[in-house]
Amino acid sequence: MLNQLAALGRIGIGTLQQLGRGHLLLLHILSGVPALFGRPRLLLNQIFAVGVLSLLIVAISGTFVGMVLGLQGYYILSQFGAEQTLGVMVAASLVRELGPVVTALLFAGRAGSALTAEIGLMKATEQLSGLEMMAVNPVKRILTPRFLAGFISMPLLAAIFSALGVIGGYFVGVGLLGVDDGAFWSQMQAKIDLHEDVFNGVIKSLVFGLVCTWIALFQGYSALPTSEGVSRATTRTVVHSSFAVLGLDFILTALMFGE
Amino acid sequence: MSTDEPLVRIRDLRFSRGERVIFDGVDIDIPRGAVTAIMGPSGTGKTTLLKLIGGQLRPDSGSIEVAGEAVHRLGTRDLYRLRMRMGMLFQSGALLTDISVFDNVAYPLREHTGLPESLIRKLVLLKLEAVGLRGARELMPNELSGGMARRVALARAMALDPMMIMYDEPFTGQDPISMGVLVELIRSLNDASGLSSVIVSHDVAETARIADLIYVISNGKVIEHGAPEAMLNSSSAWTSQFMNGLADGPVPFHYPAPELKVDLLGGA
Repeated sequence: MLNQLAALGRIGIGTLQQLGRGHLLLLHILSGVPALFGRPRLLLNQIFAVGVLSLLIVAISGTFVGMVLGLQGYYILSQFGAEQTLGVMVAASLVRELGPVVTALLFAGRAGSALTAEIGLMKATEQLSGLEMMAVNPVKRILTPRFLAGFISMPLLAAIFSALGVIGGYFVGVGLLGVDDGAFWSQMQAKIDLHEDVFNGVIKSLVFGLVCTWIALFQGYSALPTSEGVSRATTRTVVHSSFAVLGLDFILTALMFGE
Repeated sequence: MSTDEPLVRIRDLRFSRGERVIFDGVDIDIPRGAVTAIMGPSGTGKTTLLKLIGGQLRPDSGSIEVAGEAVHRLGTRDLYRLRMRMGMLFQSGALLTDISVFDNVAYPLREHTGLPESLIRKLVLLKLEAVGLRGARELMPNELSGGMARRVALARAMALDPMMIMYDEPFTGQDPISMGVLVELIRSLNDASGLSSVIVSHDVAETARIADLIYVISNGKVIEHGAPEAMLNSSSAWTSQFMNGLADGPVPFHYPAPELKVDLLGGA
């Protein structure tokens, strides 16, 4: 009994230590942001690696998710004779929920795991130590540009996801199932609110971008410098990011849309 | 340059990782302008010693002074300023894998000097020429052999014209030609550039060839130090076993275990 309590205590202390280290790392990363403005090329390179290279998977997924929404939405709405509101349903689901959430999950799998593996391997091959010995701060030089790139890329990727999703929904709803073209767009225009829907969606994706990139960088930076350590850290990045995104989505939704 | 004051002065250094004591009261003086070797069996904390000198680790107690500055008491800014005058060659080379040989050597110059690109190009080519790899400047690190990677890392370590270079196991895993090249390079760069060099190694023959002074450490203490010849002919049983590579001696061949007979008959 006492042993179990002690084990529970150890897990608790370990988790708190991890959280503490994570927050200290975040502060260290943020302290490097001002210097980054003097060297925009570092940031641009990372936006390319983190954002542009994730475009394909986000674009294809967005289109298909929109198409499925169009299909499912049509079957349900048509039972009530409300298929003209298909555009609203597709756009609201995408902008409020699926855009930020699914993009964040894809981002964690595509870019987050790559970031963790990259930083973990840089640690394992002594590249980070090498930078330190060259009097270059590895956190500010390597982690900060990647962090900012993730934070900037995520809302853009989510926007692209939602936009292509709407087009996918339009293609299925209007193109294949015969929903009225004008009704699809005008209903959407009338019902989707810039502040209530779009703005809140952007806030969500900014939060997810911050959390996913932070988790990925922290896992890479604190990975054991062995092949097994890096592999475990990469897995943890995807698992922790997914939990964090889904949990935070509930909290944010409750805060934004709850009465 | 050649004042009597040692470049690195370590006094009563104590350092442990968890329960394991790595250094237990170590005194080391690294003279200016010389090649000093720190030798000892694997796992004695030789690399840890370099990290302590470079300020990447902090000692539990004792002092480490480099060029008169107490490394373990420096703040980040001062430590980084001091590191710009220290080069370190890692065992793996630790080159940045996403940029070319040229950019790797140019890296510290671009980070710290603000020199125009035309001048950086000349400096990089000179450093690469010194290690014989000017022709390999367009290659990526994954296209280099282990020995070439270490030579590029050496050029990078020298880019800011440091006062000292620390070598972490520079000869491990090298073919005889690469080994010969590295041995010559370390000695000639030390003398030509007026450097001070610290080599951490357990390759006795190569290290003894170029070192001016050897410290032998084991079990957290300095066992003996002196010129290479003195070490090779040492009367200490331990030093003699290590320097001459004898299988048995004060360091036993067998890992501690119960008697063989007991072990064989004791099982189920």
